[in-house]
Amino acid sequence: MKRQKLEVRNLRVSVGDKEILRGVDLAIQSREIHALMGPNGSGKSTLALALAGHPSYTTQGKVYLGRRELISLSPEERFRAGLFLAFQHPIGIEGVSLFSLIKTVKREAAAGDVLAMLKDSLPKVGLGEDFLRRTVNLDLSGGEKKRSEVLQALAFNPRFAVFDEIDSGLDVDALKTIAENIRVLSDKGTGVLIITHYQRILKHLNPDFVHVLVRGRIAATGGRELAEKLEKEGYRAFQ
Amino acid sequence: MIKRVSSRSDPAQAHHRRFAQWRRGQYRFGFSDPERYVFKSSRGLTRSVVEQISHIKGEPEWMRDFRLSSLAIFESKKMPDWGADISGIDFGRIYYYLRPAEKQEKSWDRVPAEIRRTYDRLGVPQAERKFLAGVKAQYDSEVIYGSLHQDLARRGVLFMGMDEALAKHPDLVKEYFGTLVPPRDNKFAALNSSVWSGGSFVYVPQGVQVEMPLQAYFRINAKNMGQFERTLIIAEEGSFVHYVEGCTAPVYTTDSLHSAVVEIIVKRGARVRYTTIQNWSRNVYNLVTKRAWVGEEGIMEWIDGNLGSKVTMKYPSVYLMGKGARGEVLSLAYADSGQHQDAGAKAVHAAPYTSSVITSKSICRGGGRTSYRGLLEINPGAVGSRANVRCDALILDPQSRSDTYPTMKINEKQSSVAHEATVTKVGEEQLFYLQSRGLSAEEAVGMVVNGFIEPIVKVLPLEYAVELNRLIELEMEGSVG
Repeated sequence: MKRQKLEVRNLRVSVGDKEILRGVDLAIQSREIHALMGPNGSGKSTLALALAGHPSYTTQGKVYLGRRELISLSPEERFRAGLFLAFQHPIGIEGVSLFSLIKTVKREAAAGDVLAMLKDSLPKVGLGEDFLRRTVNLDLSGGEKKRSEVLQALAFNPRFAVFDEIDSGLDVDALKTIAENIRVLSDKGTGVLIITHYQRILKHLNPDFVHVLVRGRIAATGGRELAEKLEKEGYRAFQ
Repeated sequence: MIKRVSSRSDPAQAHHRRFAQWRRGQYRFGFSDPERYVFKSSRGLTRSVVEQISHIKGEPEWMRDFRLSSLAIFESKKMPDWGADISGIDFGRIYYYLRPAEKQEKSWDRVPAEIRRTYDRLGVPQAERKFLAGVKAQYDSEVIYGSLHQDLARRGVLFMGMDEALAKHPDLVKEYFGTLVPPRDNKFAALNSSVWSGGSFVYVPQGVQVEMPLQAYFRINAKNMGQFERTLIIAEEGSFVHYVEGCTAPVYTTDSLHSAVVEIIVKRGARVRYTTIQNWSRNVYNLVTKRAWVGEEGIMEWIDGNLGSKVTMKYPSVYLMGKGARGEVLSLAYADSGQHQDAGAKAVHAAPYTSSVITSKSICRGGGRTSYRGLLEINPGAVGSRANVRCDALILDPQSRSDTYPTMKINEKQSSVAHEATVTKVGEEQLFYLQSRGLSAEEAVGMVVNGFIEPIVKVLPLEYAVELNRLIELEMEGSVG
């Protein structure tokens, strides 16, 4: 994959009159892993959803993926440009199987090829083949939903991927599995942004950068040591 | 006005082209062949029109009397004061009977080219080659083409036009005709009883299992003509048959009326499945009475899809008359701009340990309206009976409307009834999730809708499932943004 940069410039996001992100700057290179941490309500999920183009938000600022500016694009154009979001709470779609969704997304690929690729990926994320017939995000456990999101990330092999609290509600083994897969994705060239409350997953992933988001702004940026410090001391120093 | 479209030989291409044209709104199945009729009744309904119909068909006297007494009932009954708005029907402007020049044909090759072309465009021939055990295609008021699989004939299965059945098996017809849906049942049953023409007759002898679905295609072909077909299915003890009915209609500017009656007798231990996908053009009033009588341990399944028409009022019913009888109704309705689908189901539990499952799924958009109307009745003594009703509505935009009118008459304490209704506005979060996976807004809506109707699509015969999905997808195009 060609080396590229996802660059967020002075991103301001509001819902109605309420401004949630108040000028965020971020730059992620291909193969880098960035972690975004911050107290509840600091705007982490808003950043993830706004990057993907959620219609509820009013957005100002720029986001470049390579040379393409994303803010002016629809959600589907952003995906096609190479940005993938693994949702914190992926919503169920009645009557649609996971295979059918993935096949629809990979419209150019033959069904047999998609199936072969998925059969290869499923055990890596700890899922059985029958999972492809399950309904998208319905009647799944919390852990299964997370695995399903990661499976999709593997299937779509995006240039940049945002994982919004992919580690919440996971047991130790599931956490390790998911971290390993994100690492594989990153090694293959995907630039990764991990949004998390805990440094558990970061121990597995060893991020290149850790950012602290407080009240809609990046309050600090550092390495792994910053995450450890946050876990010990909390966010008080940044409030 | 008569429109002609050129027809080419590749059926897949023709199919594709047909949908492409339809999508563009140019044809909407609006092709029609030049009208060639031997006899066309005058407009409007009178005693002499009814007598003429009976005379031309050479019917026995009892049928003529049945028609005439039904006419009197029709005239005496008021229009229904409930349900959809059907005040636009002008009974005086309708032709009640047309007989095409062509006689009944047994072999496809011998069907006149003009008519064959019409069915080519509707995809009938390849469907026959691949799936059909027999075809009955109603062309206007009379069956003009029929073929019956030899094997079925050998096993004593009768599958023919209703008129032919009346001529060949008058006693069998007389025994059952009008017993489940008597003319007095409702105004439109009375209308059908007085002017009925065409439709299918199916008789399955004891213990005979008809593995392949029996299918009938028909369409309205004459301006201002009503279609009043009459279908009667008798499944003897322990037999099985799946009857599939589908219709598409050309577009005309004046309002059209389709008022059919379907009666099904499911005897002890027999099972009948009846599948309809109606896609009448958007000017048709579609008012159909469908009823099944189910004996001990018998099973009746209605699968009823309503996509077309201006107004549909249709509530397939099951009368569970024998111990352990089962009934199932799967109802699907789609209403777009200017359409009102008033559909639902009716289950009457009249014996112990009977069970019914009613599943209704409706979708409305562009100002269309869907209503679920259901009646569930558990009579005293129907101990141990179970009924399950589920109706889900999907509303695609704020202009559209969906209502639920469930009626329950539970007169037996030792029974269980579950009723669940949901109304879903197509969710912004669902659409966003799918769009974030690269689907366009239209594709996302299409996927949500197809997922919503999936429980119904999965029980359809293959070619119907494919067709239904395509129809819905095409309907969805241009629905967003």
